[in-house]
Amino acid sequence: MSQVELKGISKRFPGVQALDGVSFAFEHGEFFVLLGPTGAGKTTTLRIIAGLERQDQGSVLLDGRPIDALTPAERDVAFVFQQYSLYPTMTVYDNLAFPLRSPLRRTPEAQVRSRVQDTAEKLRIAHLLNRKTAQLSGGEMQRVAIGRAIVRQPRLFLMDEPLSNLDAKLREALRLELKHLQKTQGSTTLFVTHDQIEALTMADRIAVLNEGRIVQQGAPVDIYDRPATTFVAQLVGTPRINLLEAGRDGGAVSVKGGGLSLPAPRLPLPESFLLGIRPEDIRPEPKGAFLGKVFLTEPLGVETILHIRCGELTLLSLVPGMAAQRVGEELRFGIAQEKLHYFGLDKKRITAE
Amino acid sequence: MATIELLKVEKRFGELQAVKPLDLTIRDGEFVVLLGPSGCGKTTTLRMISGLETVTSGRILLDGRDVTYKHPSERDVAFVFQFYALYTHLSVRQNIAFPLQAQGEKREVIDSRVKEVVDILRIGHLLRARPGRLSGGDQQRVALARALVRRPAAFLMDEPLGALDAELRESMRAEIKNLHIAQQATTVYVTHDQIEAMAMGDRIVVMSDAEVQQVGSPAEVYYDPANLFVARFIGSPGMNLVNGRLAEGEVRLSGTNRYAVPPAWKKPLAQALVGRDEVFLGFRPEAAHVNPNGALAGEVYAADMHGGYTVLHVNIDENEIVHIRSDRQASPAIGTPVRFDLDPEMVRFFDPRTEAAVRREAVR
Repeated sequence: MSQVELKGISKRFPGVQALDGVSFAFEHGEFFVLLGPTGAGKTTTLRIIAGLERQDQGSVLLDGRPIDALTPAERDVAFVFQQYSLYPTMTVYDNLAFPLRSPLRRTPEAQVRSRVQDTAEKLRIAHLLNRKTAQLSGGEMQRVAIGRAIVRQPRLFLMDEPLSNLDAKLREALRLELKHLQKTQGSTTLFVTHDQIEALTMADRIAVLNEGRIVQQGAPVDIYDRPATTFVAQLVGTPRINLLEAGRDGGAVSVKGGGLSLPAPRLPLPESFLLGIRPEDIRPEPKGAFLGKVFLTEPLGVETILHIRCGELTLLSLVPGMAAQRVGEELRFGIAQEKLHYFGLDKKRITAE
Repeated sequence: MATIELLKVEKRFGELQAVKPLDLTIRDGEFVVLLGPSGCGKTTTLRMISGLETVTSGRILLDGRDVTYKHPSERDVAFVFQFYALYTHLSVRQNIAFPLQAQGEKREVIDSRVKEVVDILRIGHLLRARPGRLSGGDQQRVALARALVRRPAAFLMDEPLGALDAELRESMRAEIKNLHIAQQATTVYVTHDQIEAMAMGDRIVVMSDAEVQQVGSPAEVYYDPANLFVARFIGSPGMNLVNGRLAEGEVRLSGTNRYAVPPAWKKPLAQALVGRDEVFLGFRPEAAHVNPNGALAGEVYAADMHGGYTVLHVNIDENEIVHIRSDRQASPAIGTPVRFDLDPEMVRFFDPRTEAAVRREAVR
């Protein structure tokens, strides 16, 4: 039985259909990520599960039982927000102890102490317990906010972009801690983000949400390797996938404007379609079948983005290390043909049926 | 076009030293990025070059001409901000033409110069629109056009992409770099984003705590960071830095791991540490290779799939975690033992006392 199941959730706000028949389910111990751009309906979905918002249609089930009639407190879920809502005048210890001391729970003080200590150690904030939270750095505050959610050991964690206000280095570090913690605790987590890297790196499974609808669900590798629509293909992966207009040309696939011709795959391709090529699948090779000109190079250290001009097209290629290619140089390259993506003009992935 | 020289330029706000005396020469046509975390002094430095901020001491030369005490309008530089600072009641065309009108240029000159820059930035179809109705990217293009139309000696840009979303930032980054390649205008660009700095800069000036930490090409700051700060700040994740003790030709890391010092490093290390034995071993995530017979050992702390590759986070001792970039692979379970080797060419050492990199000049 799934721990959490959403069945056909719809929600309308004045003038906008926020959610339109959203259904998904996830299991005990799973790290489930809801990924989508701003306005996709991610936060509304979380708020409906938490009971902070009431859906117009559909049902939320916890361990198989509908919880639509329950108050937020009765649902026993913990919410971690983007803005850390800590009590600035209280110490870290008291902030962590707060949920345990609530009149609903009335945990004995000895147990509060051991739970707070245990949580603080897991999050490496034990040395901060006597500090006031107002004196902490952004990253420390976010750890305390996460600590306050996990100290209670709730049935379910709901996290609304908890890392998005942090700087890049801190986000990276906390991403790792959160993932490690979730895996070692086996806590069920629904994590909402617009950041595709967070989704790919942290999730057991991802549901991609766009304009109130689920576009695709799957493991990160499924989403990356077999995007269901051009929207998903462009949402995940950086730099962005090359998406090119193409057509059938006898037994070949011909790319418009670039003079590129590739062998046709065994797929029911229409006359005109879109060809998707991830930048890492375009590889400079001395004997590559294609010829272009280096238009721009962006060395990032671990890899370099090459912008290759090919007829009227600019293709992005991602190569390891600091590439030796120079702007203006001619360049031969190959394309990893087993990794190409084909989409119909309706933006949907073309599959072998 | 212009050379910009900063000679012992310093800025204090009362007691606070915002920029410590700084020497820097920006060559004609160069794209130089001032990079650092917020509060490091990068924006103050840029504002001193522009004249928006006075210097406390030191001199600023533009093509050899001392402009230290010149008004911003007398410096012949154009400023592009993170927030577009466009006139919302004027059309795009009027916004772009504004600096030329203010200089009293003739109508024909204005028309031809506006046409030239809107063609370069491909915004000709937007000339009649009001800036408020444009996307963030188009607004920033208009702001760039307005800077470009004056043909200034130098461009100063303060996080011009900071307000854009990730996707647009990536494409605008390439556009600005293309523009620079076409125009070869001297550009000083401020950002806190190391990826942007690496992708765009001919040279990067890494700043922290009001001080320059390193000036170098992207390859130099990436492969040969001058100190621990630069090693951590550049790269995503940054360089792995593991504390250890040097003894009998190996670095003894905390726990049981031992790393044999590559021969070329023995002499520079002995010279740099002069009898002390504490040292940081540094290596980039791609310098480590998983190998069942590898010299170093740890266990999996977490593994992340990034699309085209996987990052293994390996715990090599109590909570000492290193990051290894590998080809894409199925995620191993937490706690799985891992052995790995380091590419000896990509190993670096740092002196914990000075935090500076140990230099290999002797072996080059």
